[in-house]
Amino acid sequence: MKLNRIARLGAVAAVAALSLTACAANEPSGNGAGDPTEPGAPVLTGTLNATGASSQGAAQQAWSAAFQNAHSGVTINYQPTGSGTGRENFLAGSSSFIGSDRAFNDGELATGGFGACATDDIVEIPVYISPVAVVFNLEGVDTLNLTPETVADIFNEQIDKWNDPVIAADNPDVELPDLAITPVFRGDASGTTGTFTAYLAAVAGDAWPHEDGDEWPVAVTRSESAQQTSGVEAAVTGGNGTIGYIDASRAGSLGSVAVKVGDEFVSFSADAAAQLVGASPLAEGRGAGDLVFEVDPAAAPAGAYPIALVSYLIGCEKYEDAATAEVVREYFSYIASAEGQNAAADAAGSAPISEDVRTKVNAAIALIGAAD
Amino acid sequence: MTSTAPPVTTHTPRPQPKKRPGDLLFSGTALGAGVIILLVLAAVTFFLIIESIPAFTADPDNTQFLNGTPFLQYVWPLVFGTVWASIIALIIAAPLSIGIALFISHYAPRRIASLLGYIVDLLAAIPSVVYGLWGALVFSRMLQPFYVWLNEHFGWIPFFAGVVSPTGRTILTASLVLAVMVLPIMTAICREVFLQTPKLHEEAALALGATRWEMIRMAVFPFGRGGMVSAAMLALGRALGETMAVTMVLSATGAVTFQVLTSNNPTPIPANIALNFGEAYGTGINVLIATGLILFIVTFAVNAVARWIVNRRAEFSGAN
Repeated sequence: MKLNRIARLGAVAAVAALSLTACAANEPSGNGAGDPTEPGAPVLTGTLNATGASSQGAAQQAWSAAFQNAHSGVTINYQPTGSGTGRENFLAGSSSFIGSDRAFNDGELATGGFGACATDDIVEIPVYISPVAVVFNLEGVDTLNLTPETVADIFNEQIDKWNDPVIAADNPDVELPDLAITPVFRGDASGTTGTFTAYLAAVAGDAWPHEDGDEWPVAVTRSESAQQTSGVEAAVTGGNGTIGYIDASRAGSLGSVAVKVGDEFVSFSADAAAQLVGASPLAEGRGAGDLVFEVDPAAAPAGAYPIALVSYLIGCEKYEDAATAEVVREYFSYIASAEGQNAAADAAGSAPISEDVRTKVNAAIALIGAAD
Repeated sequence: MTSTAPPVTTHTPRPQPKKRPGDLLFSGTALGAGVIILLVLAAVTFFLIIESIPAFTADPDNTQFLNGTPFLQYVWPLVFGTVWASIIALIIAAPLSIGIALFISHYAPRRIASLLGYIVDLLAAIPSVVYGLWGALVFSRMLQPFYVWLNEHFGWIPFFAGVVSPTGRTILTASLVLAVMVLPIMTAICREVFLQTPKLHEEAALALGATRWEMIRMAVFPFGRGGMVSAAMLALGRALGETMAVTMVLSATGAVTFQVLTSNNPTPIPANIALNFGEAYGTGINVLIATGLILFIVTFAVNAVARWIVNRRAEFSGAN
């Protein structure tokens, strides 16, 4: 029947079109000879498989796309599996480099056995700084001033209502409703929780009697849990009177909290977060390529936003394969450059690293090479 | 009379059925398929047991997730969460799907029946992630005012007591989403089973003056009992193991409570694994796999009990 034949041809065409879209890649269709890099620069080839922190996901997409555009022979695959899985993969050797919300600690460094590397020396550089915003959903209220003790009490379920006198004292101009506060926290272990609890443990004193860590420590009775940044954002948006903490790039149109630092209330912004990292000391007793900043929210200078996630790129100092070493070194250099940092800021809302941090990072990247 | 010796008969071999190559191929393939399924199940069980042993033998103080509590104490609230969510889902889904199956097989006109059957089967084609997104972003917000009403007027019932969640992401919402997800499986199997009822029994019941519903009770249900239990077991298996939808919809805080309208909900085992696997390392991964083993054992036990119930009443089924 005619309809049958047309339908069959149409179905074949649709299936062919759908399957051919899978052939698209984020690589340019240019030929290898017309490389847009400067003449005389090394022609890089190879495929890098990387895994790691989901906080860096959006930034890694922007970085790999730009890098692959500049070097057409290179493919970089970054899978946001989570920092824990990333570190496992780096130890096992299935990822040539990883992104992680925390650097390897002293115990893990002493054990060594990094499968991706020729030696036990690793390069850890802080290249993704993301402020963690405290957001809430309250009709008609865009911003609230809160002290760290108040924030701790709210998330510790000690303060029940929005019109509590402690909150009203810092916000005399705001009309606070008689509505229950519902804190929202991350149900999955995450570096964002680690950053937020580290901040509270450092500055809230007795109001926050818990340890800092990647898992939410409060024994909750009326808080909500959500999965990943998108889940927390959806939960805060979906309820009235909810308050939560998320990566600042996703704060969007939700109301946000200005936290007290010293004598003034500071809202989150990229510059304010970068100021916090720049003023932090480097961890002692580590290798030359191992740059770990000990960020102390209690020592934040005036005007710096104290709640910031510092995410690291971890690679080897010496790779078995020379080509891999070269691609990793060039990729890391691009990420640390002003161009790369601005690309990440546009794509993911992160804070670009400051110039003196960049100098230290470039010195560490220069150590990456092939094992001889 | 002289007795004659019994005639000596030569032993003739019993005639064998003729085995053609096609028969051998078919029986061999069928046997092979059955063996492969058993092998796969054995392999998965083996993996679960081997990978779980470090979780049982490790020191709880040094193990991620356990944080000093023994493994059984860690896992039992998770088992409660899994079973509780699945029970609610099955209580909601079972009458609904038996009703739909009966409607399709016995009540509806032909055209509507096939259309309805097609639509219900379409529900099975929706990915569970999509169910999770729908549940978390749309369904929970839709149900939240209803929960407030339930809590106000029926808060004296222990299930509806407590502080109502402002986002509606409760275990009741998750169970409703689960019920929608297991509906197609149960309906399809029940529909096929009800269609297999012997027409003679149905017509005999009707001829004796039974109403349609009495005929169904007398002729269809006794025949379909085994099939309905199978359908319920498959649905329960899906509900017990459903991961993404529950993880996205539920505000899982690991509590052990029977209140279904609050933010403080028990965590089912698959949701716990999904939430924690990204940041798990070392023995923590073994702990999560061990919880998977516990879920496997729970499913196995529930299936065995159901089978036993069906077999106990086998001689009373409508088959004789």
